[in-house]
Amino acid sequence: MTAVLEIAGLRKTYKSRRRGARQALDGFDMTVEAGQVHGFLGPNGSGKTTTLRTLLGLIKPNGGRMAILGQEVPAALPVVAGQVGAIVESPQFFPHFTARDTLSLLADAGRVPQTRVMEVLELVGLQERAKERVKTYSLGMKQRLAVASALLKNPKLLILDEPANGLDPGGIREMRTLMRDLAASGMTVVLSSHILGEIQLICDSVTIISRGRRVAAGPVAEVLAQHSGGGLRVRLEAVTDLPVAAELLTRAGAQVSTHADHLMVDGVDKPAAVTRVLAERDLYVSELAPVTVDLESVFLELTGTAPMPGQHRQVDESVVVGADAPAQGGWGV
Amino acid sequence: MSLFKAEFRRLLKRRFVRYMTLGGLLVLIAVAVGTFATNHKIGPAEFAAAEQQAEQQYRENVRWATEEKKQCEQAKASGNFDANRFPADCSQISPAPRDAFEARWFLPSTFDFRRQFEDMITAWAAILALVAFVAGASFIGAEWSTGGMMNLLLWRPQRLRVLLTKLGALLTGLLGVALVTAAAWVGAFWAIASLRGTTEKTTSGVWQSFGLTGLRGLAVVLVAGAVGFALASLGRHTAMALGGALGVMVVGQFGLGIVLNMAGVTFAEAWLLPTYLLAWMQKKVVLQDWDACNATYTGECKPATMEIVWQDGGTLLAVGLALTLGAALWMMRRRDVA
Ligand SMILES: Nc1ncnc2c1ncn2[C@@H]1O[C@H](COP(=O)(O)OP(=O)(O)O)[C@@H](O)[C@H]1O
Ligand SMILES: [Mg+2]
Repeated sequence: MTAVLEIAGLRKTYKSRRRGARQALDGFDMTVEAGQVHGFLGPNGSGKTTTLRTLLGLIKPNGGRMAILGQEVPAALPVVAGQVGAIVESPQFFPHFTARDTLSLLADAGRVPQTRVMEVLELVGLQERAKERVKTYSLGMKQRLAVASALLKNPKLLILDEPANGLDPGGIREMRTLMRDLAASGMTVVLSSHILGEIQLICDSVTIISRGRRVAAGPVAEVLAQHSGGGLRVRLEAVTDLPVAAELLTRAGAQVSTHADHLMVDGVDKPAAVTRVLAERDLYVSELAPVTVDLESVFLELTGTAPMPGQHRQVDESVVVGADAPAQGGWGV
Repeated sequence: MSLFKAEFRRLLKRRFVRYMTLGGLLVLIAVAVGTFATNHKIGPAEFAAAEQQAEQQYRENVRWATEEKKQCEQAKASGNFDANRFPADCSQISPAPRDAFEARWFLPSTFDFRRQFEDMITAWAAILALVAFVAGASFIGAEWSTGGMMNLLLWRPQRLRVLLTKLGALLTGLLGVALVTAAAWVGAFWAIASLRGTTEKTTSGVWQSFGLTGLRGLAVVLVAGAVGFALASLGRHTAMALGGALGVMVVGQFGLGIVLNMAGVTFAEAWLLPTYLLAWMQKKVVLQDWDACNATYTGECKPATMEIVWQDGGTLLAVGLALTLGAALWMMRRRDVA
């Protein structure tokens, strides 16, 4: 597979005369393979929008390398721009133009045939309202228009910054279907979001960002497996064998906790190791299941943003990963 | 070219720009109509009427003088003579001579194309320059403040190109409006002069001079548009340019003028922008310092003068344009669009 999007060591410090410097990106890495729907996850203020803005040449990075479709950006941005459709942050349009005029002007500016305008408006369900001024649109409708504008050039890479913002449940589902269809047609979609259920449903792979650094990345299933802590639930055919089995597994280097009818095993490389150790002693496993976690708990664990009783977490209080610690595990760099 | 087409279409679609242009046109029409209404053709009938009016004024004056003289003599005879009201010698009260009442004073004003159209060109340029400044500022300013600019940069990630193309579209639009209105302006005032004045002695030399003045006016209009555009782009808001211009006008010009006058600076107007613009349009402005006395050999006092010529005005325009546009382009290159 080829990488459609590569970011390595990206750094960005916002300087403001009043508030001094704020480091938004601190050596951030990201890779997106072709044809995937890639989730870009992170708490508020973790640097998602900053990453996308930098990637698209809206802001200048302080360091790091970026490439889109194999071409170094921002240098090659004018060349690749025709193949990248993007919305960044909340949709912003000139309020007194109609949706149709807005897209028609963009189409002209980007050498896209005018017939495409009504096509994309139809695609996002705005056809009927195309002749109304954007000012009169609801947030969700503006969001749809933004997606339409990103789709206008039929891009190879579609970048959407929190596209579900302001959409109703029906809209979210439509958006999900749309993205699936687009990916199926060969488009690569990068989707920034903090709505985890959404990402888990439609994304093939994810990158999780916290405080401007990557804390996890890879196919959704892998990330989940990695962060289930490798935990396994083990049942034996005979409950009476559990203490023996616990003893054996502990000796093999795993952490084991004994429960009434099963064992919880942590710290083994492969589930097969458990079977082997036990089978050598003629103990037969009746159930061997990785403990499932959902993306939400992984996200909360990795970014350290799980709510604590009696505390009000402030936006920048996410975990800081050590500067030289690679983003854990083999699925990182 | 596609970008230019898009930007030119955008310019034409912008309501504020349209209203502003319409407003400018209405002001131009008002000036033309006003000039038409207050000027009159002068023929034998008008001359006769003026002559009659002059005669009437003279008679009025004679009557008044006679009456006044009579009252003076009466007052002297009755003994309660008011020295403040009458001269000591009542015979000094006499009517003004007949030739003090010239018929031409009583002629209605008339539009002399050769002499007066030059000022009308300046008026045209001033009105259009104002429109150009505000339209230019709004064209880019609203684009920045509503996020449209960011959107466009996602489409065409070539910042200078985008900004310059927008400027090009603006200037093209302004040029179009300027040429059309200029033609209409000439036509309207030629008609006014024909109907309510005279077009006599409009030689080719005169036309050439008008043409050059018109070109200088066009330059002012385009520079005003570009400066408004540059300021609004720098501040990323229409209000920045408008506020900046207003600030310069009120504090920098009005305020400065007062301070300079109070400080007794000679040639205070030399510090004020309109002087230079006027010099640019009229080729020369002569400032006079009435406090200085340059005695002539006849013993007459002549004020010291200072000449500001069109080259001075032109330099100022060029420098202003270069500074604002340069700053806007430089900022465009390096700023974060967030
Ligand atoms: N224009 C800006 N000036 C200063 N700081 C900014 C600016 N934009 C974003 N930041 C800061 O950078 C950090 C990352 O912001 P952002 O990328 O918008 O986060 P996200 O999109 O993940 O919510 C935040 O701390 C935010 O306050
Ligand atoms: Mg964001």
